[in-house]
Formats: sequence, structure tokens, C-alpha cells
Amino acid sequence: MLEIRDLHASAGGVPILKGIDLVVRAGEVHAVMGPNASGKSTLSNVLAGRPSVEVTRGQVLFEGRDLLALPPEERAREGIFLAFQYPVEIPGVSNAYFLKAALNAVRRHRGEAELDAIEFLSLAREKMKLVEMDEKLMSRSINEGFSGGEKKRNEILQMALLEPRLAILDETDSGLDIDALRIVAGGVNALRGPARAMIVITHYQRLLDYIVPDRVHVLSGGRIVRSGGKELALELEKKGYGWVEAGPAEAR
Amino acid sequence: MAEATDVALERLRTREYEYGFVTPIESDSIPPGLDEAVVRLISAKKQEPAWLLEWRLRALRRFLAMLAEGTEPTWANVRYPKIDYQKIIYYSAPKQRKTLGSLDEVDPELLRTYEKLGISLAEQKRLAGVAVDAVFDSVSVATTFKEELEKQGIIFCSFSEAVQRCPKLVREYLGSVVPYSDNFFAALNSAVFSDGSFAYIPKGVRCPMELSTYFRINAAGTGQFERTLIVADERASVSYLEGCTAPKRDEHQLHAAVVELVALDDATIKYSTVQNWYPGDKEGRGGIYNFVTKRGACRGRRSKISWTQVETGSAITWKYPSCILQGDESVGEFYSVALTNNHQQADTGTKMIHLGRGTRSTIVSKGISAGQGQQSYRGLVRIGPKAHGARNFSRCDSLLLGDRCGAHTFPYLEVKNPTATVEHEATTSKIGDDQLFYCRQRGLSEEDAVSMIVNGFCKEVFRELPMEFAVEAQNLLGLSLEGAVG
Repeated sequence: MLEIRDLHASAGGVPILKGIDLVVRAGEVHAVMGPNASGKSTLSNVLAGRPSVEVTRGQVLFEGRDLLALPPEERAREGIFLAFQYPVEIPGVSNAYFLKAALNAVRRHRGEAELDAIEFLSLAREKMKLVEMDEKLMSRSINEGFSGGEKKRNEILQMALLEPRLAILDETDSGLDIDALRIVAGGVNALRGPARAMIVITHYQRLLDYIVPDRVHVLSGGRIVRSGGKELALELEKKGYGWVEAGPAEAR
Repeated sequence: MAEATDVALERLRTREYEYGFVTPIESDSIPPGLDEAVVRLISAKKQEPAWLLEWRLRALRRFLAMLAEGTEPTWANVRYPKIDYQKIIYYSAPKQRKTLGSLDEVDPELLRTYEKLGISLAEQKRLAGVAVDAVFDSVSVATTFKEELEKQGIIFCSFSEAVQRCPKLVREYLGSVVPYSDNFFAALNSAVFSDGSFAYIPKGVRCPMELSTYFRINAAGTGQFERTLIVADERASVSYLEGCTAPKRDEHQLHAAVVELVALDDATIKYSTVQNWYPGDKEGRGGIYNFVTKRGACRGRRSKISWTQVETGSAITWKYPSCILQGDESVGEFYSVALTNNHQQADTGTKMIHLGRGTRSTIVSKGISAGQGQQSYRGLVRIGPKAHGARNFSRCDSLLLGDRCGAHTFPYLEVKNPTATVEHEATTSKIGDDQLFYCRQRGLSEEDAVSMIVNGFCKEVFRELPMEFAVEAQNLLGLSLEGAVG
């Protein structure tokens, strides 16, 4: 589904990613771990197409197509979803209106009929149960005054509605207490499926107790320095990032 | 700001002005120029009583004196070449049969014009619940639902007709809120005003429908000088809307209107404007100079006047809808969205003059600047010495799109009573790249994302507008309509 080859990228002229190779197949969940400033968020931003990140070398293929040639909205409509580490607030625009507009943009692209307000609301209600979200949040402005947990649940709700093929969760666990973490992870797990791939970016192993990955990659200094199965995360937890930072790259 | 953002903004900016057509209709125009003969001619055309002609002539003398002294106001934060007031045509009316028995006798070309503007005057297709007075250049060409309103004692007609039908009311209130000597443009208007709308809501009557006036400038080289007077008697209430458009032309045209509102005890007037005069082209050629004096007097106890304006058109807007809060516990409100794009300039805001005890006012101003648009909020809150316990709350938010535009805020506060409470909040923000990226990552085009964010920014004001206008206003800003959800 996703093939990243020798990816180099900079932000504000500073090189951050220095040669990433990664293959993600449909149905797989990959965890990308790494210390602060290792390039984890830059990787997610490159995949989603954030304009401020510049790709300087390499290639990203999504379903065999050149992903980097597409503007962010095209990528989203093609099925790439980024759950933001810091979801953005947009005053005066209701969550429901935003989600309906986003869903209909994606549905139009897929050749599906747009949903009207009533159809949308009943679908949204059903998906909200998944993340135990308060219905009142639908009529509030996007993320404005939401607690940290509510913002993250809102991200997962959007993912549930948009049904992406590749979901990237950028430090979705940051700022969550254990109950919120369990709810968010439950929502994510419910969305796992043979046709959907996920990249879970996290600093801590804790999230991976709830979302069990097929593969774990450790990012350091803009490169993947180690890859393995889920046990790699546990080993990392025990030994700390210092253990891999010196080690050789073991790309796959 | 990202390059892609500029492209989307460019598209938003360069959207065609939809109402720029000219109606091919023969008009009865007088030659350009301004002197006593012109004022007498206008007054004679309208068969006005002597007192009104006298009033106009006093205004003219005042205006000519100010012109000679060079006291045209220059304090506003707008720039334009000097206007030659002798080159303007002060009266132009579409030629049609003398007296109209019914709307069916209105020139079909005029009816078609209003159809094109989305205003149906024809009996069968009228907008339910909205009575419309259609003003074309210098005259009112039609007023709908007049008879229905009369059954409740409500007078809603063109200003010229009001002068004939209820001269006592007109004489009592004309110039009582905005005297002819008030300012340069008010003096000009008082001398040469040609038409406008008049509404009187009698005691205890809640006007059952929205009253509205649709102003259209058509003829070239003319100025439009309309005068609107709305009086809500004790315990009466009314909601009034006005809309405006004009053809695309390379030269500037002057629109200098005066609006006076009077609210007596326990009366409420809600006045909404969607101003979409031709803004000029991308290089700043053409467009309307919109120099308008709007003021409401809350004369009665517990009376309320609420101004809501959406200003998207005009090359230059100079306008401060204000409230004089004379009656104890009277309430004034001002909700404004102003958008300046390309080379548009706007200096707009309000004045809240608190005179009575326990008077309250609210100001919410949302300014959006794009292109090289320049925008100023100018607001005065004055609390008089007798206004015990008066309260004001002001909020001015500015949103910048791109980096070539400007937003300025000039708040003036004069508080002469120690028991008053005055609050002022102001913010300036740019549409964030983060906000845009977030929307785009969810599949929205950049253009839609910009519209959505701007729309959200204006929401507090839009929700003050009557339903039909809220829709028009959102469309005007190039925004998609927020649906039934949310």
C-alpha cells in the first residue's frame, strides 16, 4: 500500500529525514517510535503533505502512485488520514458542519452520494459511540475549548467517519490519561481491518499495550535504526533510546 | 503564508462581481452640476411642500459653504482623489408612465432588473414575509405588500410618497436625528436627496413582515442620495433590511445616503444591511464611494436599536451607524462584518452615545482584509454625566488574508460618569497555515477551507441577520452555506 524509498526531507531549511525506507502493506499496523526530534512528526507531515515540509530526495508510492505529487486534500480524498498531535481549533465553525463537509468531499471523490444533514448526524452518532464522545461536542466550534482527551477522541471520530485506507496517528497518546488512552485505543482497534493500514507514531511503549503493532520501527537522527516485531517496543522500553541511537540501521 | 494559500486567496479575490450589468432603460436625467436651480428642480419634480424646499435650500447653502471652506472630512483613514461635485448628476429616474395603478404597470425592464438581482416584485413570486421598496437610481419604482401593511396602520412607502401622504410625520422627524448641518455628506444629501424609504409603525404594532429596500444604481455619472426614515412608535417593533448593487464602471460613483431611525418608549428597530455596491476592479478602477450617515435615536425608555451590517462592496466605505441612547434603559447594538479586497478601503464603526440612565450598548465588529485592502474600525463610546450605570461592551476582531493588506483600530472612549462600565476587546489574527492544513488534510479544498474559516470568524454577526440575509451574506463572502447541522 505504502512504499517509502530513500526519503529525505527538511523543515525550514534544516534536514530532518535523512533516508527513510519503509513498506507498509494493507492490514498492517506499524509503530514508529523514537526519541524527541528524531523526525517522527516530520515523517507524518511528509505523508500528509504539509506545505512547510520540503522533500529533498526520495519517493513515496501510495497504491503504486506518486504520493508526493498530490496536494494534501487529494491525498486525504485518496484515503490518507492524519490524526494530529495537536488538533487545530477553528472558532465559529461547528464540528458537525466541518465533519460533514469533509466527509462529503471524500465521498464525492469516491463517487458516492453526499449525505444530507440527517443522514450525516445519524452516522456521526453511531461513530461517536466508538470513542464515547459527548454529542454536545458536535455543535461546538472545532476543538475550541475541548480538553486534550476530547480533541484526540475527535480525531479518532473523524477517522471513523472518513474510513481512510492509511491512517497515521501522530502521538495520539500524548496528553491522555489512562482512561482516555483506553477509549482512544479501543476506537483505533475497532477500525483495524484487512484493507486498512496504520502507522502509529509514539514516544512511549504504553500505547502499544493497547494497539498491538505488527511491526515496530525505531527512528533516530532521521533514519530508521532498527525494525522488528512488537517485542522490539518492550525491549526499547527496558533499555531506553540510548540503546538504539548508537546501533546500526536495520532497514527493511 | 504558503504559496498555495495565495493561489486560493487570489481565486477568492478575483471572483467576478455578479451584479455589474446595466439595464438598458431610458432615463430622465438632469444635467450634471449643483446649484439652487437643481435643488428647486428636484423638489418641483416631487411636488414638495414649501417647507421641505426651504429645508433643502438651507442644507444646500450649508453644503456650499463647507465646500468653499474646504471642510470635506479628511480624518478618515481612506485615500481618494478630490471629488468634483459639479460633475455629478443629481437626479436620474427611469422613464415610465406617470402614476402606477399597480405593480403590473411597472416597466418590465425594471422588473427584469430586480429579478436578475434576485428580488421578485411580481405579485405571484414575491418573497413571502418580506415587503420590498425598490429604489432605482433616484426614485422608488415599486413597493410590495403596501396594502397588507396598511391594514395594521403601518406606513411603508417611498420617501417621496410619504411626503405627500403623511407630511406631518415626515416634517416632525426628518432631520431630527441627523440634522442637515451634521456633516459634509449629510448636508449634501439633505439638499439633493431624491428618494428612499419611509416606514412608520404605530403604537403597539409588531410589524408582521420584514421591510426591505433594494437600492440599485444604474445610470452612469449619477450619484445616489437616498434618505431613509423609520419611526417606531411606543411598543412597536420592526425589522428592516437593505441591499445594494451597482453596475461595473470605470469611473467612481458617489452614494451619500442618510438613514434616521427613531424608537419611542419600548419600541425596537432592527436594521440590517448587506452592502454590495460595485467594489471596483482588481487595479482599483471604478467602484462606489459609499459615504453614508446612519444614526438611530432611542428616544423612549427601554427602546432598542440594533444595527447589523455586512459590508463587502464599494471602493470606499465611510460609515458609522450609531445610536443615541436618550431613553433610560435603552439599548444600542452594532454588529458588523466588513470585507476589503483588492484596493478597497473601509473606515467604518459606530458611535454609542449614552445619555440616559442604565443604558446599554454592544459593539461586535469583524473586519476581514485581503489583497491590498485597508480597513479601519473607528468607534466612539461616550458616556454622558447623567448616564448612571451605563454599560458598554466592544469587541473588534480583524482577520488578515495574505500579507499586503492592513487592519487598523481606532477606539475612542469618553466616560463622564463614574458608575459606568466600559469594556473593549480587540484581536488581530491571520488565517493560520495550521488551520488551512488541518482542513485540507480532511479533504477540503483550500478555497473551501478559507471560506469556512472566514465564515466562522463572522458567525457572531451573521446570526444577527434575518434568515434570508444571512444566506445572502455568506454567499457574498464567497462562503459555502452552513447547513442545518451545527
